[in-house]
Amino acid sequence: MNAPVPTPSRADPTVETVPGATLTVRIRRDDGFQAFTVARRPAQTILDVVTEIQREQDPTLAYRFACRVGMCGSCAMTVNGRPRWTCRTRVAAVAEEDGLTLEPLRNLPVVKDLAVDMEPFFEKWTAAHGAFEPGDAPPADFAVVAPDSPERRAVDAGIECINCGVCYAACDVVAWNPDYLGPAALNRAWTLVNDLRDRGQAARLEAVSGDAGCQSCHTHMSCTEHCPKALAPTFAIAGLKRATARSALKRFGARHFRRSA
Amino acid sequence: MSPLLYVAQRGTAVILAVAVAVHLGTILYAVRGGLTAGEILGRTQGNHAFLVFYGLFVVAAAVHAPIGLRSILREWTPWRGRSLDGAMLAVAALLVVLGLRAALAVYVA
Repeated sequence: MNAPVPTPSRADPTVETVPGATLTVRIRRDDGFQAFTVARRPAQTILDVVTEIQREQDPTLAYRFACRVGMCGSCAMTVNGRPRWTCRTRVAAVAEEDGLTLEPLRNLPVVKDLAVDMEPFFEKWTAAHGAFEPGDAPPADFAVVAPDSPERRAVDAGIECINCGVCYAACDVVAWNPDYLGPAALNRAWTLVNDLRDRGQAARLEAVSGDAGCQSCHTHMSCTEHCPKALAPTFAIAGLKRATARSALKRFGARHFRRSA
Repeated sequence: MSPLLYVAQRGTAVILAVAVAVHLGTILYAVRGGLTAGEILGRTQGNHAFLVFYGLFVVAAAVHAPIGLRSILREWTPWRGRSLDGAMLAVAALLVVLGLRAALAVYVA
């Protein structure tokens, strides 16, 4: 699924820097913005900048990271007003007039400085039935899933989510309605709706419906625009809207028509 | 919004897309053609097609609008629960009564 990352060439403008150049970094701390000055370095990422500030200028600066290579989903922050994964975002690609403004992710409670509490994000993952449900009697043999079947392709389209929370921070509906499950949880639910081995579909479709569910999506596509893995949660949510509508119409028909027929 | 409300809103949107286009087209035709109010009423009076079209238009609007209004109110105000749903049912009833009254008045006039 993932495209290979190209090796940066020395002529790449996002890699080269002018010797002696510096970068002004404004970081939102608990008591307002604090400015730091950091040397520009070749192929410098936002995470490099934050790490340098913490190690060499202010050890009290709080932020979160783990893998540094775009796999763990820990290091997302708001960079110049947009949510981004900072380990794979080059300074040269996003700096404005040699300046950076770093803030914690939107729509999540701040623990300290740039670190947010991801608990509400993962609670919604659980609320959307984001875990595989094997049923009471899992089959003895392997399920046969054709790689080119429409369901498997739909799963492929959303399976690479790394739970970074960028889409959740980008989503205006989450900002307006804190109960809204959000793009990541709904995207996960859609991958499981398309998993033919899963036995918890009715409960899942119920869980992703309603005022906190997929029907509340405004299709602004902020999640799809900002997703660092180039996934499209908007289309996953559209799929859930169709699936929940079909399921509700079937239930409605069974309740009101088949009994009298 | 429940899936059934979602289906109802999308379904009525399809009806409204056609109905609004026909409605606006008819207005443009009547105005540009220089029809008087009397001539317009002469065409609508006793016209079953007119009554069925505007009856459907009114019912579709009465279903569509309160569902959207409910979502807007939930997003922009703290209003939730049964009182909001009840108020939206009242809006739907008001739209049906006022709309059908107007369509009937032009049909009967």
